[in-house]
Amino acid sequence: MPPAEPIIRLEGIEKRYVLGAEVEVRALRGVNLEVMPGSYVAIMGPSGSGKSTMLNILGCLDRPTSGRYFLGGMDVSRMPDDELSEARGKRIGFIFQSYNLIAQLTVLENIQVPLLYQGVDLRQYEERCRTLAEMVGLGDRLHHRPNQLSGGQQQRVAVARSLVNDPLMILADEPTGNLDSKTGQEVLELIDHLSERGKTIVLVTHDDRVARRAHRVIHMADGLIDREVLNEPRSNGAQGRVSS
Amino acid sequence: MSGLNFQLLSTIRLGIKSLLLHKLRSMLTMLGIIFGVCSVIAMLAIGEGASYEAQEAIKKLGSDNIILRSLKPPEDAKQAGMATRGSSIEYGLTYKDGARIQATIPGVKRVLPVRIIRENVRFGANSVACQVLGTYPFYRDIVGMELVRGRFLTETDEINNHNICVLTVGLAQRLFPYQDPLDHSVRIDAFYYRVVGLVREMNMPEQRTQAGRKEGEPLDNNVYIPLSTSRSRFGEVLIRRSAGGFEAEKVELHQITVQMKDTRSVETADPQIKTLLGRFHNKNDFEIIVPLQLLRQAEATKRIFNIVLGSIAAISLLVGGIGIMNIMLANVTERTREIGIRRALGAKRRDITLQFLVETVVLAVGGGLIGVMVGVLTPLIVSHLTTMKTIVTVWSVLLAFGISGAVGIIFGLYPAKAAAQLDPIEALRHE
Repeated sequence: MPPAEPIIRLEGIEKRYVLGAEVEVRALRGVNLEVMPGSYVAIMGPSGSGKSTMLNILGCLDRPTSGRYFLGGMDVSRMPDDELSEARGKRIGFIFQSYNLIAQLTVLENIQVPLLYQGVDLRQYEERCRTLAEMVGLGDRLHHRPNQLSGGQQQRVAVARSLVNDPLMILADEPTGNLDSKTGQEVLELIDHLSERGKTIVLVTHDDRVARRAHRVIHMADGLIDREVLNEPRSNGAQGRVSS
Repeated sequence: MSGLNFQLLSTIRLGIKSLLLHKLRSMLTMLGIIFGVCSVIAMLAIGEGASYEAQEAIKKLGSDNIILRSLKPPEDAKQAGMATRGSSIEYGLTYKDGARIQATIPGVKRVLPVRIIRENVRFGANSVACQVLGTYPFYRDIVGMELVRGRFLTETDEINNHNICVLTVGLAQRLFPYQDPLDHSVRIDAFYYRVVGLVREMNMPEQRTQAGRKEGEPLDNNVYIPLSTSRSRFGEVLIRRSAGGFEAEKVELHQITVQMKDTRSVETADPQIKTLLGRFHNKNDFEIIVPLQLLRQAEATKRIFNIVLGSIAAISLLVGGIGIMNIMLANVTERTREIGIRRALGAKRRDITLQFLVETVVLAVGGGLIGVMVGVLTPLIVSHLTTMKTIVTVWSVLLAFGISGAVGIIFGLYPAKAAAQLDPIEALRHE
């Protein structure tokens, strides 16, 4: 097998925000990063370190002021809005802190939302959506609405939704931030499971215990990558916690 | 392609779903459009019905007819009101006028003279005030009457001054509550006339405008006698007795109906008749009614009426549209987070635009459909409860429905665009 191409390659990514007339904030100051397929990366950092900006750029929700971002070999840093939307829809699966399910849709429909914008026939994907729902343990709640589910269940719907397009990577933003430790643990185990199945995962967190599960922990400070820690591979969630 | 169709379908389904989520709000928003569409259809139906009735009435006068009527000139009327009792006034159309028209105006088919005398008709103890019309047998063809029983006037009656008469059905019922009127004789003034037939008038436009008609008097109290009989029995001078004196009026003919060969010659004949009669009448003692012109006027009036009604209704649709826009703008703000989620999950700007546009159009078209139903029902109810005639035309329904759809698109576009322009990051942060 030839050496795999990195899924994410950031080259000198800078992001500047102009606030008011003369004030400029440099949220990212030339970040370089490569993420190989199948890796599990956690991004940590105090608030103001640029990790949210990093997440927005990685998620194609925002474009860098300068620098280049290759996602699956494609330069997305200069893409127009429509193509960027398409890249989000096809290449990235999002898991948000506050689940971000659509309230008036059922579990099944929420899982289907990313497919809506791919111009595909939903009926052909219904089986896949059901399988995903079963995988996250909600096979019997397909027609429930988000407000009929617990926080942990909602987040599991979000996990299923993030997988429906078979994305290149899953971008999780504080996925356990709104959950108690037990249900948080369950969701993290689900993510671990995805990683074991070869999914590339980028997770943003400020929680050490969450980050410890990743193969690679990137600490950010002042808009730059401060340091990187490699964790030992684990056989399951309970073992192999290597302190950074 | 089927995928795209499916996407549109599911967008529409989603739109309906989110509208159903706020049933009251959606319903109230729709009301504007419902009233708008309903008023467009109902108003146009009532306008159309009113003008149809007017046009039908005019058409019955005959579009190839020109009607001349004797008028009592105003200066004489004044004189008669003053102390000049016992004087005689001479005015109106003459037999000569009829002959002149027949002889000189091109395209004239027939000239029908009519004398109208108001008299009481008696049978036994029954007496009914009515109009005695002395005329020719072809009166029936020109005016359009249904012969119910017996016969109408004939040429023989005319030539021989027969004392016969034809009654309208209503009058016959009043005069002969228990007998068969045929072959009985009725008394008018001093003479007896044998009833030979019963007719029903299709319409009586000349009676409607007849001077001296009392309110509430039935319209069908008519007696038809031969013109020659009318001339010989009543004479030319009509004397009206009143307290302390009498007034005499000399009127040869009360009405002349000129039937033209075709509609085209009506237009040319009208000014010619005016000129011709003007030469022999120094007083302004007759009027010309051209049903064709009345018809044209009625059509023009109808057009203006429709424009006015249509504009009022269009304004209400506009107000409805503004209501929709207002709600949709609130809707976009309320659902900012959902927009953010959808954008993050791959929705393009145009997907968001489409989603909100579809909702607006569903509201407008749904309102339009209900409006069409109510709008078609309203004129029916109006017709049922009142004597007003209403006509719901297909084009008014299509127009109203089309406008409601257009209102949906026009007023939905701005909120939908506003939704699509939201920054996904900002939208996701929205609480």
